[in-house]
Amino acid sequence: MAKPIRSGSDLMKRNLLLFAGFSLLVMLAPQFFRGGYLMNVLVFVGINTMLAIALNLLLGYAGQISLGHAGFFGLGAYLSGIMTTTFSMNPWEAMPVAALVVGCLAYLIGFPVLKLKGHYLAMATLGLGIIFFIIFNETYEWTGGPSGLSGIPNLQLGSIVFDTDVKNYYLIWGVTLAVMLFSMNLAQSRVGRALRAVHDSEIAAQVLGVNARHLKVQIFALSAIICSLAGSLYAHTMTFISPTTFGFNFSIELLTMVVIGGLGSIYGSFLGAALLTLLPEFLRGANDYDIIVYGGLLVIMVMYMPGGLVRGIPALFRKIVKREAESGNA
Amino acid sequence: MLELSGITQIFGGVTALDAVSFSIAKGDITGVIGPNGAGKTTLFNIISGIYKQTAGTVLLEGKNVSGFSPERLARHAMVRTFQNIELFGGMTVQENVMVGMHTKSSSGLLACALRMPWSSAEERRIREGAVKWLEFTGILDLAEHAAGSLPFGKGRLLEIARALAALPRLILMDEPAAGLNSQETVALAQLIKRIRDLGITVVLVEHDMELVMDICDRIVVLNLGRKLAEGTPREIQECPEVIAAYLGDDD
Repeated sequence: MAKPIRSGSDLMKRNLLLFAGFSLLVMLAPQFFRGGYLMNVLVFVGINTMLAIALNLLLGYAGQISLGHAGFFGLGAYLSGIMTTTFSMNPWEAMPVAALVVGCLAYLIGFPVLKLKGHYLAMATLGLGIIFFIIFNETYEWTGGPSGLSGIPNLQLGSIVFDTDVKNYYLIWGVTLAVMLFSMNLAQSRVGRALRAVHDSEIAAQVLGVNARHLKVQIFALSAIICSLAGSLYAHTMTFISPTTFGFNFSIELLTMVVIGGLGSIYGSFLGAALLTLLPEFLRGANDYDIIVYGGLLVIMVMYMPGGLVRGIPALFRKIVKREAESGNA
Repeated sequence: MLELSGITQIFGGVTALDAVSFSIAKGDITGVIGPNGAGKTTLFNIISGIYKQTAGTVLLEGKNVSGFSPERLARHAMVRTFQNIELFGGMTVQENVMVGMHTKSSSGLLACALRMPWSSAEERRIREGAVKWLEFTGILDLAEHAAGSLPFGKGRLLEIARALAALPRLILMDEPAAGLNSQETVALAQLIKRIRDLGITVVLVEHDMELVMDICDRIVVLNLGRKLAEGTPREIQECPEVIAAYLGDDD
C-alpha cells in the first residue's frame, strides 16, 4: 500500500507547533528557577545555543568544518565593546555594525578558504581562529590585551536596563529563539536543501545548477554574522571581556556541542549547548575529578549516540518503552 | 541542438579524445557507444562541463558553451545523470527532486529564512512540481523514504526524476542501464522514450546494445578516442569497421 504523502503545510504546522511549545517552555523557565545562580548559567546556554547553531549551519548542513568560530564570536564581542566604550556608540547601533563588519570579513575570507576541503579546511580555519586570538591579545591599545576590556555598557530598552540575570535571560533567549526560527526556516527551504545537497554530493548539486562555491561562502558569512551577534550580546551582558574566552579551546567546545547535540538539527544544537554548559556546573561536586567524568561522558555519548542527543534520546526512549511492553506481556 | 567540433582531450601524455566531431539533432535519442576506453565518459564529462577540453568547441543551441561550469550549463537547460548514481543520500526522495528545481526557483537566503510570502509560494510550487516528476518516473510511493536507502534501480529512476525537474531541453545519461536487471531495463527504455516525447533531446552512453539498438534514433561509435562511425542503428549494425572494433580484426 502506498504511503500517503504528507503535504508541505502539514509538515510546517507540526514544526511551528513544536517551536511554539519550545518557546513557551523557554519563556516560563525563569518561574521555576526564581532568580538564583542557575539563571546566569541559562543565559550562557542561550549564547552557546546561538553559536552552536551558527557552526551547525556550516558543518551539519553544508558539510564544511570550522575550527575558528570562537574568533568570529570574539570579533563581534570586541567590535561591540570597543565601539561602545572608546567611541561611546549606542550598543543597539554597535551590534549590527559589528555583525556587518564580521559578515563582510567572513565573506572575503570565505572565497579562498572554502576552496579547501576536509582536513585542510580544518587547518585553515584553525589558523584563522589563532590569528584572531593573537589580535585580541596584542592590540592592547584597543582591546586592553590580556587584561581585557571593561566598562562595556548594558543594553537598554526605554527605561529597562538589561543588567540582571533575569532580564538578560529574556533578552538573550528572545534573540536565540529568533535565530532558531530563522535557521529552521532556512533549513526547510530551497537554499537549505541546496546546502544539504552540496554536503551529500557536490558534483550532483552543481550539475543541477547549484552554485556550490558561492553558497558555501554565503553560509560561512551568515554563520560568522550569528557568531558576531552572540559575541555582541555576550559583551553587553557581561560588561567585561578578555581574550581567553575566545581561544582555540572554545572553538573545539563549540564543535563538541554540535556533534554531541546532533549534526544538521537546530534542536540538537540547543541540546548540545545545554548539556555542555550545564554539565560542568553539576559536576562541581566531583571536585578535581570533574574533568574525567566530563570527558568520559562525552566518549560514551559519541559511542552510543552517534546521531547526537537529538536522535539518540528518542531512540533510547523507544527502546525502554519496548522493553517495558515486553516485560509487561511476559 | 548540440554540436561538437574537434574535441580533443589530452591527459598527461595520453590522448583520450582525438578531434571528435558530431552533432545531435533536437528531439532525437542519440546513443554514444564504443568498447571500454573509447573515451565515452571523458566526452560526457567535457560536454557537461566537469572537464575542460584541451581543444575543440561545444555549441549548445548554437551558443558556444566550451568551458562553462556545470551549474552554468544547468541554467542553459542541460543536465546529466551519473553512471554510479549520485543521490543526496541524507535527504528524502521528494527533497532530492526538489533540489532539481533549483534553477527554476530564485528565492535568496534571506527571503527563505524570513519566510517571505513569495518564497513560501515558491516553496509550494517546488513541492508540487516534485510530485509531478515522481509520478512521471513512477516512484511517487517512495517520496518520503530516505534517498540513501533506495535499491539501485529505484535510485536510478530518482536520479532521472531529479534531472527532469530542472526542465532540461537536453539530458545526458551516463550508462542508465548499468546495474539494472532485464525487467528494469525494459521499463527504462519506455521511460526514455517518454522523455523524448516531452520534446527533450536525450544523449546516452550505454553498453547494453539491445537497449541502444531499440531506442536510439542515431548512434555515434567511438573507438580509441576517435569517432569510428555515425548513423542509424541499422547502419551501425552493418558497418564493418564497427564490427571489427567490437569483435577484433582477423588479420
